[in-house]
Amino acid sequence: MEQINYTDQGRFCSGHVACGGCAEAVALRVILNIVGPNAVAVVAPSCTAVICGAWPGSSVKIPVFHTTLESCAASASGVKRALVKQGKDDTLVLGLAGDGGTYDIGLQALSSAAERNEDILYICFDNEGYMNTGGQKSSSTPLNAATGSTPTGKATRKKNIIDILAAHRIPYIATASPSDINDMAAKLKKAISLRGTKFLSILIPCLPGWGIADDSAVKVARLAVDSGAFPLFEIEDGVRVSMKPRDNPLPVAPYLKLQKRYLHLTDADLEEIQANVDSDWQRIQQRADQS
Amino acid sequence: MNTAFRNQNFQLLSGNHAVAIGAKLANPDVSPVYPITPQTPILEKMIELQSQGELETEIITPESEHSALAASISASLTGARVFTATSSQGLLLMHELLHYAVGARSSIVMFNVNRTVASPWGFWPDQLDSLAQRDTGWIQLYSETPQESLDTVIQAFAIAESARLPVMINHDAFYVSHAVEPVEVPDQSVVDDFLSPFQPPIKLDPEIGRSFGAPIAQQTWNESRRDLAEVMSGIGELVTSTGRQWDEMTGRRNHGMLESYRLEDAEVVIATMGSMCGTVRDAVDSLRNQGVAAGLLKVRLFRPLPAAALREILAEMQCVIVLDRNYSAGTGGILHQELKGVLYGLDSTPKIHGLLAGVGGTSVSSEKIQQLVTSYKDAAFSLEPVWVE
Ligand SMILES: Cc1ncc(C[n+]2csc(CCOP(=O)(O)OP(=O)(O)O)c2C)c(N)n1
Ligand code: SF4
Ligand SMILES: [Mg+2]
Repeated sequence: MEQINYTDQGRFCSGHVACGGCAEAVALRVILNIVGPNAVAVVAPSCTAVICGAWPGSSVKIPVFHTTLESCAASASGVKRALVKQGKDDTLVLGLAGDGGTYDIGLQALSSAAERNEDILYICFDNEGYMNTGGQKSSSTPLNAATGSTPTGKATRKKNIIDILAAHRIPYIATASPSDINDMAAKLKKAISLRGTKFLSILIPCLPGWGIADDSAVKVARLAVDSGAFPLFEIEDGVRVSMKPRDNPLPVAPYLKLQKRYLHLTDADLEEIQANVDSDWQRIQQRADQS
Repeated sequence: MNTAFRNQNFQLLSGNHAVAIGAKLANPDVSPVYPITPQTPILEKMIELQSQGELETEIITPESEHSALAASISASLTGARVFTATSSQGLLLMHELLHYAVGARSSIVMFNVNRTVASPWGFWPDQLDSLAQRDTGWIQLYSETPQESLDTVIQAFAIAESARLPVMINHDAFYVSHAVEPVEVPDQSVVDDFLSPFQPPIKLDPEIGRSFGAPIAQQTWNESRRDLAEVMSGIGELVTSTGRQWDEMTGRRNHGMLESYRLEDAEVVIATMGSMCGTVRDAVDSLRNQGVAAGLLKVRLFRPLPAAALREILAEMQCVIVLDRNYSAGTGGILHQELKGVLYGLDSTPKIHGLLAGVGGTSVSSEKIQQLVTSYKDAAFSLEPVWVE
């Protein structure tokens, strides 16, 4: 287990029902501490919705509207516009959804909200699959990962949601990881300081879905970041990219080897994934260099 | 053991796995599916069978149910055999295309697991999801057990492909979808003999060179609905004959539009659909032991509503108690409404009580049903829906 040095504001309550050891609890804690009390969350069906709690309890100290799976960005737009109309301009409206609710069924609503540049902070908890329904693939599931609907490994690569959103030229896009919570906090603060649609993608290694040890979520997230499988970077206005340079990149194998969803990988599969990670990284780095 | 069990290939199966195996035996060409609790085991079982080489079907996993049904319709119009499955919110998201599937005369078989609809969120058995689709023109069947679900999936392909209309089969969340029972799995050869190949007269095919669904004028649109009405009027007979044929080939029973259980000489009949029928059978037996002549009328075919057959049975009765595991706000239980409509104009009509029982998945025990029969069999009729928990 990793020791994390962090001062909590107590806005995320104990007794929540995330799987013991799930890093999404860490991420939610950081998010709620940063957004403070003047916020409303819209949540799509997902682990996040379950973690926020079943009536009559709630594990989060802000009001939550539980919307439908395809509607997160549309419902968040409705809340924001209505609050503005009532003079509550300063209330932050969060859209919280999983990768399925973002990359797949919710993409149409998200694209439309982004195009309108709705003043919302949309956070995608990316556990790379439909975990709430027992672990089927989403279009965020990476190449070759086994899921309930891709038992022999997914045949296609993870959808590049970041570039899709960048093409909408929204003010702010960032990736974050529960292994780097101060970085996550800084990105949240920056997002909140901007008007318009902000998008944050947070990697959530899923214990049952990825087949990893109960105490390893943060470690797995760190390996994802350090190997470049999940690079941490920001894009402003769809064009200005900033990323910490990668001095000593780890190979991707140690990251993959901790996960049962990759048990079946051959050496050739591993090489292909490594090559994809390297070329993706270079592409982002080049854009960062040009920014 | 009677002839119903002559094949002896029993497997312990949940309702959903029985559905997946039924679908596999029918050999669909294309299966677009999107996961949702509590349908997911159907999807996962099919994918497992496919990955083991036991099922050769094009599984499409699109971004939503809306696209799953869109792909199902167009696949069916090419002459492919199509299967899909969903539940609750998924079925509701398909609504636009449910209508389209009927107008386009596609032959999809869809399995729906009856689950509460949001808001608020719930995961429990409640039939409003499919009953709310009653005006779309899908043939709707309700199943009581895993065995019936397996048998009905196979029959549904025969019905859908012969009528060129989509068929939706429903069973209750968890009570049937996840309940495990010994299920007799028919031999592939039986299913192959039973199902003729799907050969629609026209299809999307460059060799045929015909289009589908282009805009039309009022009169032609009107005629499309008259055609539909004509087909609908023969569905009851088609369901009956298909069920009879299946029963003859497998030694099973009761795959008609309706099923009567101990209805001879009954002074009170309980009418319902789905898993509730099993509990009612038990209640009926107990009531009979207590000297109350009760019986069950199980509605298996809900759309098209077998109005004449219902009328014939109900006209003989003194008192009908309808148990609705659904609530249509502003009117009440949907089966109750339908049965009232069926009875209109008879010289003498039975008293008919509409009870909202088990809405949202609350448990309705055999004892509860016995109590209800005792309290309502001589009670005055109420226009308002009656909540019985
Ligand atoms: C229209 C509709 N279809 C299907 C579902 C079932 N469903 C609930 S959560 C979920 C998966 C969500 O996956 P993701 O967004 O990645 O969230 P996670 O559970 O992984 O946190 C699905 C398919 C639903 N609620 N609504
Ligand atoms: S299923 Fe996975 S993502 Fe969801 S709470 Fe459990 S560990 Fe976290
Ligand atoms: Mg997910």
